[in-house]
Amino acid sequence: MGTVRHFRVWRGDESGGQLEDFQVEVNEGEVVLDIIHRLQATQTPDLAVRWNCKAGKCGSCSMEINGKPRLGCMTRMSTFGEGETVTVTPVRTFPIIRDLVTDVSFNYQKARELPAFEPPKDLQPGEYRMQQIDVERSQEFRKCIECFLCQNVCHVIRDHEENKPTFSGPRFFIRAAELDMHPLDERENRKEMAQQEQGLGYCNITKCCTEVCPEHIKITDNAIIPMKERVVDRKYDPIVWLGRKIFRRDQLDEPAVSTPHRAPAMSGASVSGGEEAAAAGTQASTTTNWHHTPAAPQAAPVGEDGKLNLTELTSDRAAAQSPFGDDVTFPLPTENLSYQHPREEKPKHDEH
Amino acid sequence: MTSTVTRPGGTRPRAAIAARTLRTDRWWFFPLSIAAILGFFIVYSTIRIFMNKYYWVDDFGYLTPLYSPCLSESCVPGSAHFGTPFGEFPRWLPLGLAAFPIVAGFRVTCYYYRKAGYRSLWLSPQACGVAEPHKKYTGERGFPLIGMNSHRYFFYLAAVVLLINFYDATKAFHGADGGFGVGLGTLIIWVNVAMLTGYTLSCHACRHVVGGRLKHFSKHPVRYRFWTLVSKLNARHGTFAMSSLVTVILVDAYIMSVSAGWITDFRFYN
Repeated sequence: MGTVRHFRVWRGDESGGQLEDFQVEVNEGEVVLDIIHRLQATQTPDLAVRWNCKAGKCGSCSMEINGKPRLGCMTRMSTFGEGETVTVTPVRTFPIIRDLVTDVSFNYQKARELPAFEPPKDLQPGEYRMQQIDVERSQEFRKCIECFLCQNVCHVIRDHEENKPTFSGPRFFIRAAELDMHPLDERENRKEMAQQEQGLGYCNITKCCTEVCPEHIKITDNAIIPMKERVVDRKYDPIVWLGRKIFRRDQLDEPAVSTPHRAPAMSGASVSGGEEAAAAGTQASTTTNWHHTPAAPQAAPVGEDGKLNLTELTSDRAAAQSPFGDDVTFPLPTENLSYQHPREEKPKHDEH
Repeated sequence: MTSTVTRPGGTRPRAAIAARTLRTDRWWFFPLSIAAILGFFIVYSTIRIFMNKYYWVDDFGYLTPLYSPCLSESCVPGSAHFGTPFGEFPRWLPLGLAAFPIVAGFRVTCYYYRKAGYRSLWLSPQACGVAEPHKKYTGERGFPLIGMNSHRYFFYLAAVVLLINFYDATKAFHGADGGFGVGLGTLIIWVNVAMLTGYTLSCHACRHVVGGRLKHFSKHPVRYRFWTLVSKLNARHGTFAMSSLVTVILVDAYIMSVSAGWITDFRFYN
């Protein structure tokens, strides 16, 4: 039989909020997310919570349970004492939407700032071959479920909002490390980018990201520290620098000048200038601008009160919104996409 | 991406939670205990390196690692294993000047001690999910913290110091009558050298240098094996870091006590 436990859940939105007390039944084998659902079902039907798989694989139900960033679905109630109060709050680092739901679009913005995998030009899709020992280091980072608990716990942005524009966070350091260690990635300036554009130097190795990772990725030891050491190779180690100069290795992998160029990839409008920006870069024969910064998503069609019209009668459209934004038409203009087919020899869309 | 409830715009407020942390566990215990250990080591080693005595046990060939190598003419006869190229030191100058800055720098710039120090001594942050007291944070991007990137140089130098420690440890098989001998001190010295070896080899810079910088392990099978070995040790880097700190204090305190005559060395043989 279940017991009745004391829960404190943060309720509110961007105008403010507070912790509210609940007495709620808890049964054997349940997790915190189950209890949140029971609260929704029995006491507070308008409690907002983001969730999906209930199996620790979708990364949706990130919250802070007794002050620790955790997944609601992976935190067993049996880890708390019978008389222990359980406090559930939204993650603190991101703007609040309502109750336990926050706006994590900061992370999507940072993801878009990171150049994608750059395949070898002489290989066609389907011809990629890698040895297991070469690719296994990168594979660890593919376990990431993007719950953004590491981003939330990192004190660089958790305690210092002003660092957000210049700091990408642990999730994107493992992405940078994954690609830099990838045996077939041809981009050579990921180390410089990690330091200059992602703000790797902000990290002071306090390992909170590793502590909270529900996938147990060794973020600090296997990604951030190796990336820091690789940056040292390029930036701070005079012997390695001298070796590169003497053996002319620097000419092989001198990084391209990266100038973030603003071009709406997900917009229906054709954008000129993207290819000129790429051509101005020093990287040879690159006709694709890898630095697209897509336009901000279209605003939601909310009313004056900032809320959606929930009924068809009051809404100005017949069906659900396009997940890509209603201002996007398909197919997208190809020059706005950050993709270059390796077989392509001459620049596409010469007319631009 | 285009969510129905997410509206783009400037900085929007976070959840208004006033508490610095809502953690209910004893999150302060770990940083506090590490701070106590680090604080004790800093005070102890500072006193010891300026003491300039009780570092050599002539009967059994024990030399404390804090004074090794002793390269000054001021060193007690027998303790200078590598000659005395530096002449006499004034009374206030530490005799362990050659190696102590190296091993101290190696530990200060070490990735494990950075975590320990930033958490325990600098409170940046003191524990995960606890608001730090600092108003501003710039990380390791400017002087002096950018110097932390010199860790690999301290690693190279510390590896040389480790070899010297090994040499000193072989000298500790010295009996009272001049021949071979083993005492409790010899044992402690070798345990310390083993811990220092574990600490030095498990270093993140070592892991990078032996193979971590490679992109294609399959083309470098030998370096891949080294990297695999160091990676296994590296998982225990923190354990080696703290245990070697304790053994250094232990071996130094033991040799000081024997050298000062406060205790006598327990001899297993000769």
